Amino acid sequence: MQTPLLEVERISKRYGGAQALSSVGLRLYPSEVVALIGENGAGKSTLMKVLGGIVTPDEGEIRIDGTPVRLNSPAQAMERGISLIHQELNLADNLSIEANLFLGRELRWGGPLGLASGRAMEAKSRELLARVGLDVDPRDRLSNLTPGHKQLVEIARSLSMHARVLIMDEPTSSLAQKETDRLLEVIRELRQQGVCVVYISHRLREVEAVADRVVGLRDGKNAGELSKAEINYQAMVQMMVGRDVQLHQRPSQAAGTGRDQPPVLRVEKLKHAQSKGEGVSLEVRPGEIVGMAGLVGAGRSEFAETLFGIRPRVSGQVYIQGQPKLIRKPTDAMALGLALVPEDRRHHGLILADSIGGNIALPNLDTHHIAKLLQFGKIRHTAQNGVKSLRIRTTGIAKPVGLLSGGNQQKVVLYKWLHRQPKLLILDEPTRGVDVGAKKEIYDLMHDLTARGVGILMISSDLEEVLHLSDRVVVMHENQTTGELTREQLSEEAIMRLATGAQS
Amino acid sequence: MSKSESSDGNLFRSFFSNPTVGRILGVSLLVLILYGLMVGIEANARTLENHQNIARRIGEWGILTLGAAFVIITGGIDLSIGSVVCLSAVSFGILLENGANPLVASLIVLTVAGMIGLFHGFLITRLNLQPFVVTLCGLFIYRGLAQFLSLVDFKRLLDPALRGTGRILRDSSRDVGVGGRTDLGWFFWLQKGDFLGIPMPMWIFAILALIAAIFLHASIYGRYLFALGHNEQAARYAGVNTNRYKVLAYFLCSLMAGLGGILFLMKINSASPSNAGNWFELYAITGAVLGGTSLRGGEGTIIGIILGTAVLPLLKTLVIFAGIPSDMEFSAIGLALLLGTLADELLRRHSEKARKGA
Repeated sequence: MQTPLLEVERISKRYGGAQALSSVGLRLYPSEVVALIGENGAGKSTLMKVLGGIVTPDEGEIRIDGTPVRLNSPAQAMERGISLIHQELNLADNLSIEANLFLGRELRWGGPLGLASGRAMEAKSRELLARVGLDVDPRDRLSNLTPGHKQLVEIARSLSMHARVLIMDEPTSSLAQKETDRLLEVIRELRQQGVCVVYISHRLREVEAVADRVVGLRDGKNAGELSKAEINYQAMVQMMVGRDVQLHQRPSQAAGTGRDQPPVLRVEKLKHAQSKGEGVSLEVRPGEIVGMAGLVGAGRSEFAETLFGIRPRVSGQVYIQGQPKLIRKPTDAMALGLALVPEDRRHHGLILADSIGGNIALPNLDTHHIAKLLQFGKIRHTAQNGVKSLRIRTTGIAKPVGLLSGGNQQKVVLYKWLHRQPKLLILDEPTRGVDVGAKKEIYDLMHDLTARGVGILMISSDLEEVLHLSDRVVVMHENQTTGELTREQLSEEAIMRLATGAQS
Repeated sequence: MSKSESSDGNLFRSFFSNPTVGRILGVSLLVLILYGLMVGIEANARTLENHQNIARRIGEWGILTLGAAFVIITGGIDLSIGSVVCLSAVSFGILLENGANPLVASLIVLTVAGMIGLFHGFLITRLNLQPFVVTLCGLFIYRGLAQFLSLVDFKRLLDPALRGTGRILRDSSRDVGVGGRTDLGWFFWLQKGDFLGIPMPMWIFAILALIAAIFLHASIYGRYLFALGHNEQAARYAGVNTNRYKVLAYFLCSLMAGLGGILFLMKINSASPSNAGNWFELYAITGAVLGGTSLRGGEGTIIGIILGTAVLPLLKTLVIFAGIPSDMEFSAIGLALLLGTLADELLRRHSEKARKGA
């Protein structure tokens, strides 16, 4: 057996009272794609930070090419060919692509002034972008790129630093299907070039598609390993949670009580400033989950924001329970029984520095005051209810939500709206960055809600989620609806056809 | 609630490691040290009169600090406070010189000041201009306006009998006074008087601080202000009318500055358009920040602001009693603040390290 490129042995790390990693081992060989899976809080990100030189382990050894090394800073890790790509990209939107590629390591002319050499960087940039198969002008501003292309730029930057181990944390969480496919292809090409890719993802289908080996973590310990032949969805889920989880089991009775009732929401040709064509038209009946599919950039979130009164409506009509209604601001939507769980949890859904209690209270303050003075007891009670009923794992309601895992953060966002008992719940990417266990809980919760007659409009880029949960699917392309699929017509192909603009 | 539910169960430690509490303790310590130094150095500092002077100044500046804190909590800034103080003081003086009832004059001044704040809020929320720029422009505009007003000879302008007897505009700006009126004592008591030995500006500040504390910490509006200061987008998505509360913050800030201007004129019965209120925005911001109001927005407490307000008046008095030449006053204050901030930062790091090691 060849010497591993990178070997980690018996790594442990404690944060205060929490044992983030205990005696974890990992071997990485050149030219392989290793998927690192585990629920949030399993220790994936700590292990990754150890490899990236961001966190120094309390115990254990790291060997590169068989030689023990210490990685005390990201710079040292990079020097040794380990490159880390964070979930939130570390790129500067306001700079050009080439400036981003060489940020901090600009190629110079030499001489005392050390001026940057534009031409050399441009040539080198083209070469790097070609390696990741990105056909754009390096002089373009980065902000003009889609999230998928930005991801590729970030990879190209790592390659420019001669990365031998490329660690990617949830690289596809904000990518559309097409971009994801492209990324997976690039990963395979990199493997051909001898790079070892560590792929961290909750999207097990992608892992299945790309990984040569799967390493599982659970509660900061190794939870097992699957070789290429053993990789399958169920096996991975089982390894992560330590038990069998049936993620996509629909309740046995046909969910929903009011499917034959008039729609709780009907939207006709709703358009905002960027809309084209006919805009968005759809209906949601009580007790129904309507999936909303489309490529990233199809304008689904923008539609949700327009419906909820965050974005100005240009034209179109919204009917709530049959009555035409005008929604000019979020409070109008809230008064009509609408709730929106936004896509960007960290920026739109939560105030990270504020406590669980504070976050849950915010949209509910209208019912938690006497003469505009806060009812502290009632606020606390509501928050405790939320923690209990959604099983939010926390040490208390005073904990800042920024310290919770993705799944628990999402539950806080869900509860802050559920407490208002909405009639129509708009969920925008409800399980993004959420681990399998919490995902299952969120799905169960959605089924509970529909059983009680709540209508759910679920925007999701996770096709599997859309296919399994939706009673009907509305597909969008370029800011307008291009078609609707009933449960019987539903298939991945049918969705993709509509999502790429073919009329139904 | 953090106490009973802290994970380590150590009430004492979790209370003191709370960053807000840490801030308040830090600034309390600073106030105590400054006060101790002052009364230690100089016997004259121990007099009732000195204490009253300091209390009066804390009151005067504290009112402005409260206003500044509202704006800073929303993540904004108001650099025009000093100029609004100046404009208000000068217009209040001019109104009095021309025989206005002081109550009516105050109402007019406060209305104008409030409108200035609404104007700032409008520019910042509707036209999306940056608070720094908007209020920086205000800083110049209102002082210029005050200087212009002092040029106008209102007696000539208003009295038909005097019209045409001379120029309406004076040659140079002048200090505005009260026009030698002697019927104002009852009103000026609000600045010059005291109650139970405590100067009236301190009382006014205390009452306003109490109202502000209830507003900020116990009303839904306070929650909205903090929420929007932390994360404006998330607040908006949660149904908070963020623009309305931002405008409210600027309105309150300028209103407080207007009140500060009225008190300013009453202090020495005159105000100079070129000097009145100079630096006051910076005193207000310094007080708020020392008291733990984060310039990033979303953080601050009234108790911290009260303590933070006390620092500068104490420091100024200390500088005088320490025999530092008045030309060095600003340098001495700046240096002391820098040292204080540095000590605070080092302490914070130390306690953070101690917490991590625990």
